[in-house]
Amino acid sequence: MLLTIRSLTKTFPGTRALDAVDFDLAAGEVHALLGENGAGKSTLIKCLTGAYRRDGGTITLDGATIDPQSTVEAQEQGIGTVYQEVNLLPNLTVAQNLMFGREPRRWGLVNSRALRAEARETLRPYGLDIDVDRDLGSYSVAIQQIVAIARAVALSGKVLILDEPTASLDAAEVRMVFDVVRGLRERGLGIVFVSHFLDQVFDLTDRVTVLRNGRKIVTERTAELDRVKLIEHMLGRALEHEVAGQAARTAAARPPLLEFRGFGRRGVVEPFDLTVGQGEVVGLAGLLGSGRTESAEMMFGVRPAQSGEASDAQSRLDLSSPRAAIAEGFGFVPEERKTDGIVAELSIRENIILGLQARRGWARPIPRSEQNRIADDYIKRLDIRTSGREKPIGELSGGNQQKAILARWLAMNPRFLILDEPTRGIDVGAHAEILRLIRELTQAGMSILLVSSEIDELVASADRVIVLRDRRHVAELDGPRVTGAEIMRAIAGGEVAA
Amino acid sequence: MTLLKRIAPQLVALALLVALVTVFYPDFLKIGISGDRLVGPMIDVLKRGAPVALLATGMTLVIATRGIDLSVGTTMAICGAVAASAVAGGWGLGPALLLALAAGALAGLWNGLLVAVVGIQPFVATLILMTMGRGIAQLITEGRILTFTDAGFAFFGSGSLLGLPVPAWLWLACGLGMAALMRRTALGLLVESIGINRRASALAGVNATVLLIAVYVVSGLCAALAGIVVTADIRGADANNAGLWLELDAILAVVIGGNSLLGGRFSIIASLIGALIIQTIDTGILLAGFPSEYNLVIKAVLVLVILVLQSPRIAGEWRLWRDSHRASREAALQRGAAK
Amino acid sequence: MTRFLMSTAAALAISATAALAEGETVGFSQIGSESGWRAAETTLTKTQAEERGLKLQFSDAQQKQENQIAAIRSFIAQGVDAILLAPVVATGWDSVLQEAKEAEIPVVLLDRQVDSSDDLYLTAVGSNLVHEGEVAGKWLVDTVGDKECRVVELQGTTGSSPAIDRKKGFENALAGHDNLKIVRSQTGDFTRAQGKEVMESFLQAENGGKDICALYAHNDDMAVGAIQAIKEAGLKPGSDILVVSIDGVPDLFQAMANGEANATVELTPNMAGPAFDALEAYWKDGTQPPKFIQTESKLYTQADDPAGEYERRKGLGY
Repeated sequence: MLLTIRSLTKTFPGTRALDAVDFDLAAGEVHALLGENGAGKSTLIKCLTGAYRRDGGTITLDGATIDPQSTVEAQEQGIGTVYQEVNLLPNLTVAQNLMFGREPRRWGLVNSRALRAEARETLRPYGLDIDVDRDLGSYSVAIQQIVAIARAVALSGKVLILDEPTASLDAAEVRMVFDVVRGLRERGLGIVFVSHFLDQVFDLTDRVTVLRNGRKIVTERTAELDRVKLIEHMLGRALEHEVAGQAARTAAARPPLLEFRGFGRRGVVEPFDLTVGQGEVVGLAGLLGSGRTESAEMMFGVRPAQSGEASDAQSRLDLSSPRAAIAEGFGFVPEERKTDGIVAELSIRENIILGLQARRGWARPIPRSEQNRIADDYIKRLDIRTSGREKPIGELSGGNQQKAILARWLAMNPRFLILDEPTRGIDVGAHAEILRLIRELTQAGMSILLVSSEIDELVASADRVIVLRDRRHVAELDGPRVTGAEIMRAIAGGEVAA
Repeated sequence: MTLLKRIAPQLVALALLVALVTVFYPDFLKIGISGDRLVGPMIDVLKRGAPVALLATGMTLVIATRGIDLSVGTTMAICGAVAASAVAGGWGLGPALLLALAAGALAGLWNGLLVAVVGIQPFVATLILMTMGRGIAQLITEGRILTFTDAGFAFFGSGSLLGLPVPAWLWLACGLGMAALMRRTALGLLVESIGINRRASALAGVNATVLLIAVYVVSGLCAALAGIVVTADIRGADANNAGLWLELDAILAVVIGGNSLLGGRFSIIASLIGALIIQTIDTGILLAGFPSEYNLVIKAVLVLVILVLQSPRIAGEWRLWRDSHRASREAALQRGAAK
Repeated sequence: MTRFLMSTAAALAISATAALAEGETVGFSQIGSESGWRAAETTLTKTQAEERGLKLQFSDAQQKQENQIAAIRSFIAQGVDAILLAPVVATGWDSVLQEAKEAEIPVVLLDRQVDSSDDLYLTAVGSNLVHEGEVAGKWLVDTVGDKECRVVELQGTTGSSPAIDRKKGFENALAGHDNLKIVRSQTGDFTRAQGKEVMESFLQAENGGKDICALYAHNDDMAVGAIQAIKEAGLKPGSDILVVSIDGVPDLFQAMANGEANATVELTPNMAGPAFDALEAYWKDGTQPPKFIQTESKLYTQADDPAGEYERRKGLGY
């Protein structure tokens, strides 16, 4: 084995990010590292490249134990990394980027002729015949990516880690980069490939290792791996056991509330059609990077749609910005609670009335007594655990923060509420309460879009589930077909009809 | 009550400072009457503090949005030049003042658009006008001190109303009015909200872009008022010197006022007291009669001491010391009682 | 309008003025237009050149030495007959002055000095700052006579050479006259606003100004600000408090005409006149002028037709 990792452990305050993970990489192998958010992929890579100090475990490279303290040290020992966002300097030339930090010198000065020659030599094996004197930024992302790979290989030469290298490339560019990766495999490098695109994983890799919640779940040969099985490993749910908690789905047609037609944005989500019924919970399922969150944000005008339209029974809707969407009666509980949800230093009261106040306009302040009443009302109704309404929201636990953000939207009484991963990172009790709340709200006539990576949650709450894969709405499941098995099959791709 | 608690450190600092100045200049608190106006060092502080207090009012709001406005000193010079040239050109007082305010609003709009729409960092965005603006002011005054004789305009610099200098009325009205506007409407909450987390606020429906622009426009308007005051004071627009480095004093006033440069919670009134503290130092130094080589050193040392005393860490240490002291005393009392 | 164009033109834009048929060409590298006095110096240099039939190549350096050096190199390349230089700083001129010397182009320094060897330039025209202070001080000594007189002083920017020298000259003149005492001295940064603010504090500290007999300001701008402060304190500048300052800017002549100021020592903006005199003699028969030509530090009082002086000066761009 080229690289052997044994019992790698890393703990952050409150979470065990890696729990005794084993991982092997052979020379001449492309090894996929898969897992959903929080699985531990990036922690593993950061421990491997010296960006994090590991708490326990050993890393053996070429038979020698290594303990890199920094990415530079890891590079010197033979481990190079290329990230999704090219981390080179776009305003230097290709040659300068390739040779940065190890420029050939003569009498202390950079020898630019030798620099160019060496740069061309470095690029030759990649079949890339480009002008090395042009600024790197003037080339396409794919070429920049290949230059980054060439630089990493030239610096380290044994192990290459590709962290979502294809996320911003189109199909032809992906092929270009893959050809380069295959060439490196033939030269005997060990390559770790991190990606959310399953098709690419099956296309390129020799073996797959799945992480979930900081543990290694499985390592298997890609050729012997079944897609549905892979999804099961990633999402952590065996198809055999259907969960009892099924939503009481009524087959009866609901009166439609909203219609989205050809709704899409280039490079983000392919155009889709969607009808949302009155009091209906529509689930949005898919792997990370499949376009789940992007669809939700598009509907709320965060990144507005470029094609198609949305309408209700009366008229076309303006969803060009969050403010516009709010005026149409939309609400949005975002996935990233800390950056997109809470206003940390403001009190719970202020966070709850913020949306309401913004809608009323600055000139009509909500009287303080009314603010207190609203805040106290929701603190009680949603059981937000706090010593008082004036406590800064940043000091609450994740679950209570989430409830306060929900309260912000409920206070505005939207007709269509988008919940993006509403139960992420919150404790089990709050989790159940939020799902119960969703049921209550729909009974009162509110329509909900529930975006979730937890299939159980969707099966338990959604009347209908839309499945996304590779930025495309690929399936719509309703009635008795809303089961874990069906959802996973649709995520994995294959025979499920749309 | 909460307001008093918020501004208590600033009030204490001001009181200590006044006491210190009085040691070197015993008549500092003396106020006399000359004709129909009050005179005395404290009255001078109220009057001379006007430019920084006006700038600090707008600067507080900008800083609350996690921004900074380096261009206010230059904007003062532009607006003063506009007002002086309009008055000298016979446009009349009203139009001249309106033009100056419009120039200030325009400067603020420029900054606001760069920050909120183009997305340039506030420091860099306002640096552009800071460096460019003085040239604009010099173009207007053609490089010389543009003097005027309009008594109505001069009234804004050296006139007095009900015994107090007009500049003092101006900053009091502007500062307290703005503070009231922020707290009586929802503006204060919305400004704090975008300062703490602009993205989350925008997702909650706060019109962050418009609000951000508006804050810079307010800062520009405050700078225009400050420019009118200094121009009226010397009856001339001095494009080279008007408002020079005053943006730094304004930022200092906001910081002495206990407002975080990282944005969020703010108090305009605390910033106004901060401006008074700075002016008390300046006036105190002049009255104490030290050689002028020491001016800047004395000012720096005093500001440093005030900031250190106000720092949350020192305050925390002090509370800890006080509480432990109190606890040991109570323990001693109880032991005494037990006997 | 010319000034408007000047200040908008790019740093190195060189505009030719006064093109007469056979006159010599003189390049003039000016610091910038940071003050009214400098603007007047520029205006006077242009009119002087015009009167003498010289072609003037003007370059505004906008306070940057590199612009001045570039301008001088360009003058040398054009083969001008002489170069006038108002240097923005004192150091760093050796090599470019050497180039001018090798091209046999005489350089005359205006208004400020450089640290280079004096064989690199023809001559320097300037005022003597200490002397200016002495003239102002002597006027006050002569005017006050034997009476007790408490003097307040508005200094220039702390540490600047005009502030140091004008203070020194004034103190020289007062030496031996114990009835005159400088009781308060503070910097007013050469600005009108600071002059006014500091004067207010002087008035405050000296019994509402009743204990002050005279004000000496290192420049006229501060004096103009101080005069306003004195008026606002209810006193009469020019009689209750004597006002003497240095520079001779139009606004101070106006104040003198109104009886609100008593005397000013002119720092003449006409540096070009003596410079052109020296150059013409040099061109004619190679006469070497002295290495420093001191301009006259002329005293103007209320008796010297201040209203007329104001009229003569107001068009110069002050």
